[in-house]
Amino acid sequence: MALPQVKQDALAARLSGLSAPAKGWTQAARAAATDRLNAQGLPTRRDEYWRYTDPAQLTRPDVSGAAAVLAPSFAALDTVKLVFTDGVFDAAASDDPAAAGVELLSLAGAADIHWAQGLYGQLETRGSSPVERPLAALNTAHAREGVLIRVTGQAAKPVSLIYTQKSAVSDVFLHHVVKLEEGAEITLLESGTPGARFNTVLEVDVASNARFHHIRTQGPDADRRGLTHIFAHMADNALFKSFTLTAGGRLTRNEAILEITGDDSVAHVAGTVMGEGRDFLQDDTIFITHASERCESRQVFRKVLKNGATGVFQGKILVKQGAQKTDGYQMSQSLLLDEDAQFLAKPELEIYADDVKCSHGSTSGAIDETALFYLQSRGLPKRTAQALLVLAFLAGTLEEIEDEAIAAEVHARLEDWLHGLED
Amino acid sequence: MLEIKNLHVKLEEEDKVILKGVDLKIGPGEVHAIMGPNGSGKSTLSYVLAGREGYEVTEGSAELDGEELLEMEPEERAAAGLFLAFQYPVEIPGVGNMTFLRTAVNAQRKARGEEELSAGDFLKIVREKAKTLKIDADMLKRPVNVGFSGGEKKRNEILQMAMLEPKMCILDETDSGLDVDAMKLVSEGVNALRSAGRSFLVITHYQRLLDHIKPDVVHIMAAGRIIRSGGPELALEVENNGYADLLDGVK
Ligand SMILES: Nc1ncnc2c1ncn2[C@@H]1O[C@H](COP(=O)(O)OP(=O)(O)OP(=O)(O)O)[C@@H](O)[C@H]1O
Ligand SMILES: [Mg+2]
Repeated sequence: MALPQVKQDALAARLSGLSAPAKGWTQAARAAATDRLNAQGLPTRRDEYWRYTDPAQLTRPDVSGAAAVLAPSFAALDTVKLVFTDGVFDAAASDDPAAAGVELLSLAGAADIHWAQGLYGQLETRGSSPVERPLAALNTAHAREGVLIRVTGQAAKPVSLIYTQKSAVSDVFLHHVVKLEEGAEITLLESGTPGARFNTVLEVDVASNARFHHIRTQGPDADRRGLTHIFAHMADNALFKSFTLTAGGRLTRNEAILEITGDDSVAHVAGTVMGEGRDFLQDDTIFITHASERCESRQVFRKVLKNGATGVFQGKILVKQGAQKTDGYQMSQSLLLDEDAQFLAKPELEIYADDVKCSHGSTSGAIDETALFYLQSRGLPKRTAQALLVLAFLAGTLEEIEDEAIAAEVHARLEDWLHGLED
Repeated sequence: MLEIKNLHVKLEEEDKVILKGVDLKIGPGEVHAIMGPNGSGKSTLSYVLAGREGYEVTEGSAELDGEELLEMEPEERAAAGLFLAFQYPVEIPGVGNMTFLRTAVNAQRKARGEEELSAGDFLKIVREKAKTLKIDADMLKRPVNVGFSGGEKKRNEILQMAMLEPKMCILDETDSGLDVDAMKLVSEGVNALRSAGRSFLVITHYQRLLDHIKPDVVHIMAAGRIIRSGGPELALEVENNGYADLLDGVK
C-alpha cells in the first residue's frame, strides 16, 4: 500500500540533508531499512505507540536546542572511556579501546568484512515487528557512528560511552552493536547527551551463558530531545540487565525491545526518572518477548514528576506459545508532586502459554502525608522530609544494578540531581 | 512545662468536634497519665499537640515552656522539645532506620543552633541505646518500621525518643501490642529518661503500664474533655470498675 502523500512529504523533508554511506558491509542492512522506512513513513501521534508522546520533535526536519555541559556520571569508576562529541567518535579524548580486553571498533572505521554484518540492523529488524519502529529504521539507514563490541570472555573493564554535545543544532544518529559470545560478560555504561537531538540504537546479542549489564544516565540537561532503542536477543541461560537514570530534558523516549529465545534466561529493564515542568516528557516503551521456557523478565520503573511534567510507560510482555514457566513481572510507579503532573501508563500482557506466572501493576500517587508528618514530628523540616521520601521512592529501583560501585555512583547522581529538582 | 487551656478541636474537613475544652497542666519532671474510653479524643489531643494536619483548633492554647505550640510547624515543635511516640508508628519504605535517626537528631541540633553529631559519635550512641532496648543491628539497618512487629515498632519509638532527648514526651498507647517482657523493657527505657527537666504524658488503657511508669497524676478523658483527675489510685479504679461510674458521675 502506498504511503499517503502527507507522510511521503514528511519523510522526504526529514531525509533531506541526510545521506547514507553508499558502500560497505552495512549497505544491505541500510537498503532494507530504507525500504521499511519508505513503506511505513514517520510516526505521528495517530500511531498506537505514540499516543501519549507526540513524536513531532523527533521527526521534524530542523533541530534547535541548547548545548549541554554535563559533569560525567561514572568518573569515579575504572572504565574504558569512549567519547563521542556531537555524535562523532573522538579518539583523542578517548581511552585506548584495547584496555577493555574486548574487540572494539568504531562503526565509522570498521573494515568491510566483519562479524557485525550479521547483526547490524538485524536485531532492529526483528524488534520492529509486530510493532513498527520507523525511527529505528531511520537510524539503521543513516547512522554513521557507533561502537561495535565483541566480547569473548570476561571484559577487563566496563566500557563507558560518554556523549558530549557542543553544537546546538547537532542531529545525531548513533548505532552500537554488542555481541557477547558464549559465557562472555561485559558492562556497558552510557552518559551524557549525544546531540541537540539524537536517535540511538543499541543492538545486543547475548549468547548462551553470557551476561550483559547496561547502566545509563541521561541528564540533567534541560533541553534534551532524544529517542533511544535497545534491541536485544538472548539465548540460553543468558542475562541482560539495563538500568537508566533520567533527569531533565524536554523529550526522552527510551525503547527496549527484548527477545528471549533460549531457556532459563533473565532479562531486566529498569528506570528511575525525575522530571519537572510542562516541557518535560519522558517515555519508557518496553516490549519483552518470551519464546522459550523458564525465563524471567522484570520491568521496574519509578518516576517522580513535578510542576506539570509528564511521564509515560508503555510496557508489554508477550509470552509465546510453548514459553512455559515464564516468570514475567512489570511494575511502573509514579510519584506526582503536584496536581498538574501526570503519569500515563499502558501495561500490556499477551499470553499464549498456559503454565506461566505474569504480574503487572501501575500506581500513581502523591507523597504519603502520614509518612511526611511522622518525619516532621521527628524534627525534619518539611522539605528535607519530602526529599527523603522522594529519594527513597526513586532509589528503590537501584537494586536492579548488580555492581555495588556502579549502584553507588548512580545513587550519588540521583541525590545530586534531586537537589536540582528541589531548588 | 506543658500547659493546655480550654482546647477545642474539630476536624478540618467535617463538622465533627472532637476536643471540647481540654485543660491540662504538666509541671517539669512530672508524669501524667491519660486514660479514657475508645474514641474519647486521646490520640487527637496528641496529634494536635504534635501538629498533624487535618484538625482545626477553634479555641484555646497549648504552651510548651511558655511558647505557643499550636502556631508552630511540626518540626519546630520537635526542635522545641516535644516528642510523640505514635499509637501507630508509620512505616517508611526505602528510608533506613539509621539514616532516619541521624537526619532527625542532626536536624534538631541544627534547629537549636547546636553542632551536628559526627557519624562516629552518632553510631556509638545509637548502638548503646539500641542495646538497652534490645533492638538489634539488623533492625537499625532496615527501613523505618517496615516489617517490624508491633512490639518492635513500639521499641523503635522509644529508641527515637532516647536519641532525641525531648523535654516533653507524649506516649500514645506505647504499651499496646507489647508482651510482658517488652513492656518492662520499654518502661525501663522510659524510666531511664525521667529527670527533673523532662515530663511525660502517658496515654494508656491499662493500669499495668502505670505499675512500671509511676504517674504523679492520672486524668480521665471522655468525649473530648478531661472529666476527672486524681492520683494513681484513679487508674486502679478504672481497672477494677471500668468507666461507667466515672461517666455517670459527670452526667
Ligand atoms: N481524621 C479523622 N476523621 C474522622 N474521624 C476522626 C478523625 N480523627 C479522629 N476522629 C474521631 O475522633 C474521635 C476521637 O478519636 P481518637 O483517635 O482521638 O480517640 P482515642 O481516645 O485515641 O481512642 P483509642 O483509645 O481507641 O485510641 C473518634 O470518634 C474518631 O473516630
Ligand atoms: Mg488513640
